[in-house]
Amino acid sequence: MIIDIYYVIPEIFISLSLMFLLLFGVFKKNSSSTVYSLSILILIISIPLILNVPSTGELLIFNESYKIDYLSNFIKILIVISTLFVLLTSSQYLKSIKIYNVEYPILILSSILGMMVMVSSNDLIVFYIGLELQSLALYVLASFNRDNVLSSESGLKYFVLSALSSGLLLYGCSLVYGFSSSTNFSQISLNYGDSTQGIIFGMVFILVGLAFKISAVPFHMWAPDVYQGSPTSVTLFFAILPKIAALTVFIRFLYTPFINLIDQWQTIIIFLSIASMLFGAVAAIGQKNLKRLIAYSSISHMGYALAGLTTGTNEGIQSSVSYISIYLVMNLAFFSCIFMLKREDKYYESIDDLSGLSKNHPLLSFSLLIVLFSLAGIPPLAGFFAKFYVFMAVIEQSMFFLAIVGLLATVVAAFYYLRIIKVIYFDNEVEKYDTNHSIGLKLSLIIATVLILTYFIYPNSLIDFVSKIDLV
Amino acid sequence: MNIPILSLLICVPTVGALFILFTKSTEKYNSHKYISVFISIINFILSIYLWYKFDNSNSSFQFVENREWIYGFINYKVGVDGISILFVVLTTFITPLCILSVNSTIKNRLKDFLVAILIMESLMIGVFCSLDLVIFYLFFEGGLIPMFLIIGIWGGARRVYSAFKFFLYTLLGSVLMLVAIIYIYWISGTTDVEKLYEIGIDAKYQKILWLAFFSSFAVKTPMWPVHTWLPDAHVEAPTAGSVLLAAILLKMAGYGFIRFSIGLFPIGSDYFVSFVYVLSLIAIIYTSLVALMQEDMKKLIAYSSVAHMGFVTLGIFTMTQQGLEGSIFQMISHGIISAALFLCVGVIYERMHTREIKRYGGIVEVMPKYSIIFMIFTLGALGLPGTTGFIGEFLILMGAFKDNFLVAVIASLGVILGAAYMLWLYKRVVFGELINEDLKNLVDLNKSEVIILTLLAIPSLYFGFYPEPLINTVEVSVSNLIDNYNANLEIYMANKK
Repeated sequence: MIIDIYYVIPEIFISLSLMFLLLFGVFKKNSSSTVYSLSILILIISIPLILNVPSTGELLIFNESYKIDYLSNFIKILIVISTLFVLLTSSQYLKSIKIYNVEYPILILSSILGMMVMVSSNDLIVFYIGLELQSLALYVLASFNRDNVLSSESGLKYFVLSALSSGLLLYGCSLVYGFSSSTNFSQISLNYGDSTQGIIFGMVFILVGLAFKISAVPFHMWAPDVYQGSPTSVTLFFAILPKIAALTVFIRFLYTPFINLIDQWQTIIIFLSIASMLFGAVAAIGQKNLKRLIAYSSISHMGYALAGLTTGTNEGIQSSVSYISIYLVMNLAFFSCIFMLKREDKYYESIDDLSGLSKNHPLLSFSLLIVLFSLAGIPPLAGFFAKFYVFMAVIEQSMFFLAIVGLLATVVAAFYYLRIIKVIYFDNEVEKYDTNHSIGLKLSLIIATVLILTYFIYPNSLIDFVSKIDLV
Repeated sequence: MNIPILSLLICVPTVGALFILFTKSTEKYNSHKYISVFISIINFILSIYLWYKFDNSNSSFQFVENREWIYGFINYKVGVDGISILFVVLTTFITPLCILSVNSTIKNRLKDFLVAILIMESLMIGVFCSLDLVIFYLFFEGGLIPMFLIIGIWGGARRVYSAFKFFLYTLLGSVLMLVAIIYIYWISGTTDVEKLYEIGIDAKYQKILWLAFFSSFAVKTPMWPVHTWLPDAHVEAPTAGSVLLAAILLKMAGYGFIRFSIGLFPIGSDYFVSFVYVLSLIAIIYTSLVALMQEDMKKLIAYSSVAHMGFVTLGIFTMTQQGLEGSIFQMISHGIISAALFLCVGVIYERMHTREIKRYGGIVEVMPKYSIIFMIFTLGALGLPGTTGFIGEFLILMGAFKDNFLVAVIASLGVILGAAYMLWLYKRVVFGELINEDLKNLVDLNKSEVIILTLLAIPSLYFGFYPEPLINTVEVSVSNLIDNYNANLEIYMANKK
């Protein structure tokens, strides 16, 4: 038991330091920028701590309720690094709209602590604790700009709907426990034997709850409003981190307790995937607000990530994980660009505000151009490879319908990305925006854009990591 | 000899583009223009050196470079044979002229324009060199980005509509090809073109794979009935964009038919020959008739491009030595002649700001030099003996007669129609009385225009009288392709019995 603690040092470190930060913030006045910098430092320190955890093979600790393997470590690193960039990009934004409070980084830290527990969980209860820890923090984050009506509305909306889905998920968990008499992932698949009816019921409820978390169609209704209403920095957080965590949990559920029910869940995931790809592509066409548009775009991206999971093969899981890794870089770049649309402490987030951007801000427009073409999946940018890997895995299993529908959806989706490019490059200019951005923002935009642009030179850089994931 | 000359050809323009992107032009904007002309001329010299070193008598791929790109899966593999080398040279020949022709018409953002054209050159050379399906797809699709921007930023009044149409049409065609490429990997275990030529693709998949590739190439060629993006794109694109589009982009698909559709799927190709014949004939006759009715000069030439590409697809699928050589010849010839025609239209558009044929007439009185050069290319486009256009069409028709008499007769009608619309265009623009007052102030060609157009006229006349160098280059590769094709078909037929 004591030796097990060694493997969860990163989680323990983050939880201790966030408690410390909380006390520090409460007792010291005007400490928000110190807390902010400290939380960045904490994230940086936790990277080597995670790397220090052995990642070969599969390690079950705490009565087999917690799993340490390559996938969990890889995802944890992704989570920490992307949170780091989220904090780096958003400090200036938070200051401008006057929500640069102590609680903000603390909530973010507790949310990612929940995610780290989620991705490592090997037990229904541990999983649920992690899920709720991340969700509770997210509800508060969504309504963090409490003087703003839209922000409060989005927080409430997210809370109500998410609580409902958590309820469904919990009901599913209880059904699964009832029919398999175990909460342990590895035990569940051994216990239910031939009587699968009840388990399937439970599985469907669990999948519905998870689909809600990654906003897959038809459980996506909350996403556009919450994305639009939340402060932009929180939207960035929403667009990346809960999705990584929830997708990993999808992998955990589908490939450990429910692996024998592949015939049943395959149909469900295929449906979720196709519906998300098509709906996300079509619904985004009419949007005028960039954050709302990115909500629909992320719905459709989740469709592609799920498409990889439908295969039931290692290649499929790997392709999904690489999809989500590339997706987070693209989103980071896109939001960095949105953060730069600022004029005298007022932020702009409508597509029309981008009009003629290329004349006054050539480099910013160039980055947006790269990001948008990459989101659309045009070679040789990174977004193409993300889709390419997924379709490699899908076509290996001869699922042509899924592949062709998915690729046709990219053509539809290309239309709305092109529309933004049209506004940036072909339309008449509006006033100039400020150029005094923080170094962290500039740095993350440059890093993300260069990664997207030069990924094709050495694609093995990602494959090296992802190909070690071995679950089936 | 270990210089990776093909990679150099691909990289030099991109490096130049990056250099231009990150430097500031000193006096006005000229220095950037001359830098990019210089870069593209270096590339042209490299490609001529490549052609000089190329061994005509060898049918296999030469100058092959093979590097691991994604572990055990895709290799970065480039190489040229007799067919692709001509397209590489065509690309490097057209690009500097294209950049030279850029003048006052591109007022804003000249720098970005040059960057886009240079990157486009890299991608186009990549398409013709790549020997791996995935690498080919990357280059093939990557070209959409710069072309979309060229049409959209520097185009005419309806540029947004045309740019979107161009982009979405071609993307829609290509995604099916991507599915097919991935599927080929799973059934054959490789996407290396050379290896696929050796092991062949299982006969039962060939028809469906052929259709998937066809969907992409047909849009890009463009074949009837998916040709409608081309007139729009041409009309709205700036002159240099039209030139690139007509001269090189359209050839990617013709090249793709030869290299992939015929090379990889002989049984599929054989099955669909009559289908392609019908579409090609419709393209030849129908679009020629449409061209007759056009009032906009650029649109007329755009429709004539569709008709000419109809000849190309017809020639390719005759599967005869003459037909294939003719098609390749026709593509090269069309690359030069249509580029020149678009430049000619550009010249008077710049002066008069209209492309409407009705507004012109009798300009021979004020622009004698222009009229002569325009005539050379008009005659080239209608296939007068002594120009490259004639040899291409003649060889294609010869091939067609060998294969199918009726098809050849109908295609020959297209030649007459071609003469009709080109001569009528020339008559309406150049001859007649000079009625329109504005036209009297027209200035004849200036020096740089004369140089550019003459440089284009020289090869189209030279190879028209002496086609040997081109034919020699392609001959062995083409006959090898046809032997391979026939051998595959024979095996298939024998197995069927």
